[in-house]
Amino acid sequence: MSYIQKPAAHHPALPKNKLGHTRRDYEASMSTLCAGCGHDSITAAIIEACYRMDLPSHRIAKVSGIGCSSKSPTYFLGRSHGFNSVHGRMPSVSTGANLANRDLVYIGVSGDGDTASIGLGQFCHAVRRQLNMTYIVMNNGCYGLTKGQFSATNDKSSPSKKGQANPFDAIDLCQMAISLGAGFVARSFSGDKAQMVPLIEAALSYNGFAFLDILSPCVTFNNHTTSTKSYEYIRDHYQMTGRLDFVPQMDDIKVEYDTGTSTDVAMHDGSMLRLHKLDDSHDVRSSDEALMAIRKSAAANEVATGLLYINDEQRDLHDVLATDGRPLNSIPMSELCPGSDTLAKINKSLA
Amino acid sequence: MPSEVTPAPASLPGKARGNARGPSDGQIPGMPPTDINNPQYFHKVVDCQWACPAHTPVPEYIRLIAQRKYAAAYMLNWESNVFPGILGRVCDRPCEPACRRGRIEDKPVAICRLKRVAADYKGDVDGMMPVMPPEKNGKRIALLGAGPASLTVARDLLPLGYDITLYEKDPAGGGLMRTNIPSFRLPITVLDEEVDRVVNLGVHTKFGQEITSLKSVLDENYDSVFVGTGAPRGKDLNITGRAEADEQIHIGIDWLTSVAFKHTESVGKKVIVIGGGNTAMDCCRTALRLGGEDVRVTVRSPKADMKASDWEIEEAEHEGIPIFDNHNPKEFVVEDGKLVGVKFEIMRAEYDDTGRRKLLPTGEEVTFECDAVLMAIGQDNAFPWIERDIGLDFNEWEQPIVDKTTMMSTRPGVFFGGDSAWGPENIIWAVAHGHAAAISIDKHCSGGDIADRPAPGSNLVSQKMGIHEWSYDNDYDAQHRTAVPHADLKISLANLAVEVELGFDEKLALKEAERCLNCDVQTVFTESTCIECDACMDICPVDCINFTENDAEEPLRAALRVPALNADQDIYVSDVLNTGRVMVKDEDVCLHCGLCAERCPTGAWDMQQYFYAETQVSKVTHAHHSAYLR
Repeated sequence: MSYIQKPAAHHPALPKNKLGHTRRDYEASMSTLCAGCGHDSITAAIIEACYRMDLPSHRIAKVSGIGCSSKSPTYFLGRSHGFNSVHGRMPSVSTGANLANRDLVYIGVSGDGDTASIGLGQFCHAVRRQLNMTYIVMNNGCYGLTKGQFSATNDKSSPSKKGQANPFDAIDLCQMAISLGAGFVARSFSGDKAQMVPLIEAALSYNGFAFLDILSPCVTFNNHTTSTKSYEYIRDHYQMTGRLDFVPQMDDIKVEYDTGTSTDVAMHDGSMLRLHKLDDSHDVRSSDEALMAIRKSAAANEVATGLLYINDEQRDLHDVLATDGRPLNSIPMSELCPGSDTLAKINKSLA
Repeated sequence: MPSEVTPAPASLPGKARGNARGPSDGQIPGMPPTDINNPQYFHKVVDCQWACPAHTPVPEYIRLIAQRKYAAAYMLNWESNVFPGILGRVCDRPCEPACRRGRIEDKPVAICRLKRVAADYKGDVDGMMPVMPPEKNGKRIALLGAGPASLTVARDLLPLGYDITLYEKDPAGGGLMRTNIPSFRLPITVLDEEVDRVVNLGVHTKFGQEITSLKSVLDENYDSVFVGTGAPRGKDLNITGRAEADEQIHIGIDWLTSVAFKHTESVGKKVIVIGGGNTAMDCCRTALRLGGEDVRVTVRSPKADMKASDWEIEEAEHEGIPIFDNHNPKEFVVEDGKLVGVKFEIMRAEYDDTGRRKLLPTGEEVTFECDAVLMAIGQDNAFPWIERDIGLDFNEWEQPIVDKTTMMSTRPGVFFGGDSAWGPENIIWAVAHGHAAAISIDKHCSGGDIADRPAPGSNLVSQKMGIHEWSYDNDYDAQHRTAVPHADLKISLANLAVEVELGFDEKLALKEAERCLNCDVQTVFTESTCIECDACMDICPVDCINFTENDAEEPLRAALRVPALNADQDIYVSDVLNTGRVMVKDEDVCLHCGLCAERCPTGAWDMQQYFYAETQVSKVTHAHHSAYLR
């Protein structure tokens, strides 16, 4: 970590968004992660996405578990709500928070250890419940905080820095998420902001469970020449399934496009995703094709990236449970706690 | 913010785009990689040093001040600009408007006043001065006029054994520094110290001897003659009443000279100063100290167009002198043979489409009462004493034809410098001319080619001490510019010799020194080790680092994270990286904080101190500079 703080001084011509904020206003403390950590690039992409979407910081809640990845919410959105929870328990805390206040934008940050090992059960149920949140896994295939042991997402073919072989197959979190019913599933790479930023914007505006598995090289323990999670390997085996544009307002769409190669997906909040399909890429609305595409790529030693699957008709947890439209903090006390007479009436009706 | 379809930015070339990895085969169009081996590339990044005509290594001497090594800071200055104590007070400071700090917040580092700090606290530097050779080289040089240009030539040539004779019409050396700069801005002791330091290196002085014929000087068979006689002819204004009121109307620079030599010790009660330059500011403030009670400055143009430095205007106004702009003098009002006022017509400025200004009379007129007028409306160099038949050519405006690089006139062996070369400029320019002329004179006397100029010296050294540790203070200090304390107005207005500015004390100096961004500590990028992790781009507080596809300069500048619209500042373009992209850094507002290098996992960025030194004719007047060079 650096001894000096990032200076508050910024470029005098730094543009401002509709809220009058610059990109710098969405920053927080300076990262204490290793220099060159992929997580810092994801942090920068989250900052860029929130800035571009004109999100007010105080309407965002960031929740994380334990690990290098889960430290990173300290480094973005310094004026947002935050909860650094217990290892693997980010989904439970997010669920509770989301049920109490459905109006906030939830960004869950987790790592491959936090999600694919200790928190795997929690992860599955958050997906299953279609929690309205953006769930980001900063995936580096190792436990960086404890000196780089294999995590459950490390490829079998990828030995440790010291040459130790990995005996187990990797868990593919995107396949799991699609199988469990996630409505928005994407994979990206920390070294490709051009792809990552629109994906995060799209995930944030998605109403339902949006899952982002972002490959994020661990420069210290898993960026060696034999690793499949190194900058170099990922760049060499990177396969884009398509290019995504995020359009903040449907009304702003002025550009005519060739319907043969582009798919538009309307989002719940009035924004739109425009997906530029590549020749041989799959239909992102089909979960079967998405799973097939991921597996095919993996079999060819490639990493399929981009928006892999989207279900634009998903209902989120609040819709499913038909909860009150208001967050708990705006429901009057008399309604929240209607008193012993009401309780007596309910009890009586059950008798 | 994007109001139309958010464009998908040029993405990293993955499989879908042909996976264009590997270095360029020369097919990718765009800017060539920046040649950082060109000594002028990083020199230009050091805005202050680049802007200084003598290329004083500003950040290095500010760091020395921060380390309280005032003598060393002074010597670096003395070697570059010969008059640090003088220039630390009265330099026109071209370095300050250039200072990068001024582009990040509103005000530049107080470079000039820090220079004064080095001079004020240097202690005894006699032992650090160059030693003159006991043997002369047999060449005789005449210097005409004892101003900063001639003194610089003398300083540079004496260590080589030249025999120097210095002619000056006034009884003491210093030129306009003595005659035109009032002592409340530049104390005589400071002036004497630095002028005498040069003279005492072994100059034969002929003070009080006005040269009336260049031919007669040439007849004395000097090996070279340097003309540094300044621009001593103040402009006049021939309007109604000028002749009748002559007794009470003075040419500004002549009047200041007369005050400097104590021939003039009083002025009228009501004084009008005509003119908007620094001489006008000196005149009005001097008049105030010689008994002027109602001193006014009038300028023809709008105030914003005044030629005087902002700080000079501020000082005059601070002393209570009003400035009347758009006042064009029409007539000196004379009654009973005495000047009683000046009649002005009020002007207004009109600007055409090209921004060119036209001053138009409004028809309104106003008369200010006065009993003295000081005219400070410009000055010229003038050479009635140079014969026109000696092979020294003049142009149509009666200016000598002088080579911009060598300072030589059309007569071989006769050189010009300072204001005498191309009209009024600042002291620091005269010094730069002196250095250049000294090189030429040495070449001329030794039979070399004067057009063959010595290359500058430069050195680039890593400042890395540890993973996150640098041998310079890289932390950005958000401190605003420190104001220089002033003497009490009552005291300073009562005495011409009381210096108005007190200078920084040590505490203030150290505070101000911390504001320097260390622009000479360069961000040096090595393509071969970059893994394109974006860490530098993400951490850069001023968004100057980009990884993008190469393009021609204009579209490339426009496509950066924050477009590089300041065309005066270069962009630093790397060779092609593994992904086919290039690194592009906009030098414009880089804080030189080193965070890019701190966050770089592979050391592709390094912070390296760039020392640049303009070569001088003698190594011994360059000893402190040479210590930094390989």
